[in-house]
Amino acid sequence: MTIGLNENSKMAKWELRLYIAGNTPKSATALRNLKKYCEEHLKGIYDIEVIDLLKNPQLAEGDQILAIPTLVKKVPEPVRKIIGDLSNEEKVLVGLDIRAARSGKN
Amino acid sequence: MSKKKLSPLGARQLKKSPTGITGLDEITFGGLPRERPTLVCGGPGSGKTLLGIEFIVNGVLKFDEPGVILAFEEKGDELGVNVASLGFDLDKLQAEKKIKIDYVHVDKTEIEETGEYDLSGLFVRLDHAINSIKAKRVLLDTIENLFAGLTNEGIIRSEIRRLFQWLKDRGVTTIITGERGTMSLTRQGLEEYVSDCVILLDHRVQNQVSTRLLRVVKYRGTVHGTNEYPFLIDREGISVLPITSLELSYKVSSEKISSGIPTLDEMLGEGNGFFRGSSILVSGTAGTGKTSVAASFANAACSRRERVLYFAFEESPQQIIRNMASIGMDLQKHIDKKFLRFHSARPTIHGLEMHLVDIHKKIEEFKPNVIIIDPVTNLATIGSMSEVKSMLIRLIDYLANIQVSVMFTALASNSVLEQADEGVSSLVDTWITVRDLESNGERNRGLYIMKARGMKHSNQVREFIITDEGIGLVEVYLGPNGVLIGSARETQKLEEAAGVEIKSFAGNQRDREIQRKKTVLEAKIASLQEEFESLKDELNRADQEDALRKKFFDANRRELTKKRYLNDNRPKRKQ
Repeated sequence: MTIGLNENSKMAKWELRLYIAGNTPKSATALRNLKKYCEEHLKGIYDIEVIDLLKNPQLAEGDQILAIPTLVKKVPEPVRKIIGDLSNEEKVLVGLDIRAARSGKN
Repeated sequence: MSKKKLSPLGARQLKKSPTGITGLDEITFGGLPRERPTLVCGGPGSGKTLLGIEFIVNGVLKFDEPGVILAFEEKGDELGVNVASLGFDLDKLQAEKKIKIDYVHVDKTEIEETGEYDLSGLFVRLDHAINSIKAKRVLLDTIENLFAGLTNEGIIRSEIRRLFQWLKDRGVTTIITGERGTMSLTRQGLEEYVSDCVILLDHRVQNQVSTRLLRVVKYRGTVHGTNEYPFLIDREGISVLPITSLELSYKVSSEKISSGIPTLDEMLGEGNGFFRGSSILVSGTAGTGKTSVAASFANAACSRRERVLYFAFEESPQQIIRNMASIGMDLQKHIDKKFLRFHSARPTIHGLEMHLVDIHKKIEEFKPNVIIIDPVTNLATIGSMSEVKSMLIRLIDYLANIQVSVMFTALASNSVLEQADEGVSSLVDTWITVRDLESNGERNRGLYIMKARGMKHSNQVREFIITDEGIGLVEVYLGPNGVLIGSARETQKLEEAAGVEIKSFAGNQRDREIQRKKTVLEAKIASLQEEFESLKDELNRADQEDALRKKFFDANRRELTKKRYLNDNRPKRKQ
């Protein structure tokens, strides 16, 4: 593993929130993609929370959610948001600052 | 959509949501289309956000309709601070759950886009906000910011379209603000999504004075004013001025009020002055005493215990009070008794429209019976003549409606502003001109009544004089050389007085002559009388002598006869 990731792993788990609005195909795709990337790159050190805004609409305001689905990385800092069905792995990894870590290893 | 117009009964007619904004509801005949979105577009600083917020706040305060503000531009607290200066306490209304402000922050640097998405999050938030306070009104300010924060324009457009439809279905009346674009009404062509009502705000600077203008570009399914209406933003928010809602159907009064100059009242026919609620223009060249005429009108009204509002665009109140005191008018006492109020401002302080609204507001506040605008032509420095005219039309109309008499003074120079006169003069009911009459090396003032609607007014020129005791009109002298004024009039007066003197002197002389003649003749008559008397006496004496003589003669004869008879008694003896 990389130095960066080791440090991260020591610090805390990756806290990821996925906001969806009902069980739509896009949301399902996003969740599936997210799980896949996490298993691949952050095995054991990630935590995914799925928030359905149709059930908890008041939560949308706090994280400034507009688009659905939105993935929010709360920890580690900085907070990042990725919107869309997460179909582009490169972008997701860059967005979550995982990509930089991997390139560091290579 | 013509089916809306053709719908048989009110049930199908377009319902409207009043905005509570002064003037806007008049233009739109009732407000914005209820349960539909309205687009308000305009350049930066044109007042879009304010209009939207006023719509929401008025909804809460005046119409009991809670509202949601979805702010894409300013943070909630910034928004609150910005409108606090207008007296809107958004925090309090939020605490009372009458208003809900949701700040939507879109920052491109924080967001990575990958794959398909939609804006359901926005819908959820809006839905939640609406539900939480049972909102009837929504403001989206400015939704175009989505285009800056997100890259996939196709998605944004389709989502905005969906959003507007959703808002309609949701049954809320919505204002969407949009930044004005170069080629279209809005930068992102939002107008194609909002088809019900579009309001355009503009902000023009002319002669360094800015005027805000509002136009209802379209309003489907209803009639609406189509002109550009000036509006302004002041401490109480937006006021729109419908210019041409003129119907010319106001009530008129036949009550007369004095001009404060008795001789002028006489000239106006029947000696009573102007009609109440009429408009009077006093025009004249510089220094002809227009302000004095206006001040005496004000003075007269105050003395009748009426309220007068005096707008001075040239002099300060103190200056006017001092100057009028010099001609025997005490305005200060009326101010102390609160019958008179001055409002002095340089015309350039703000645009014409602002002045108009200012005047409106002051009138509504003070409720005067008479207002004076001195001089109205100074307003021309901040607008073209046609603008001033249109402003005055509205002002006169408004004043006529509320039965307030108004006197304008207008400075006329011999060149340009003569036209100003004509521009304004057709609007007013009574037009008085004070003019310089120059002759014999001096300048005098002549006063004419150019027109006086509904009054049998004098066609005479009067000389207008200002003395320590006030102002008055003097009949001009008509001499063999024409109209005599000023010192020529005085000369003529003196000459005539001298003539009278001479005439009376001559008369005296003649009288004395007659007296003398009379005395002489009377003396003569007396002597003749004497003569007659003596003659008569003489004649009488002769008569008496004759009578006496006759008497003696008769007596003698009788005596003789008797004696002779006695002799006969001794007959023969005697013979």
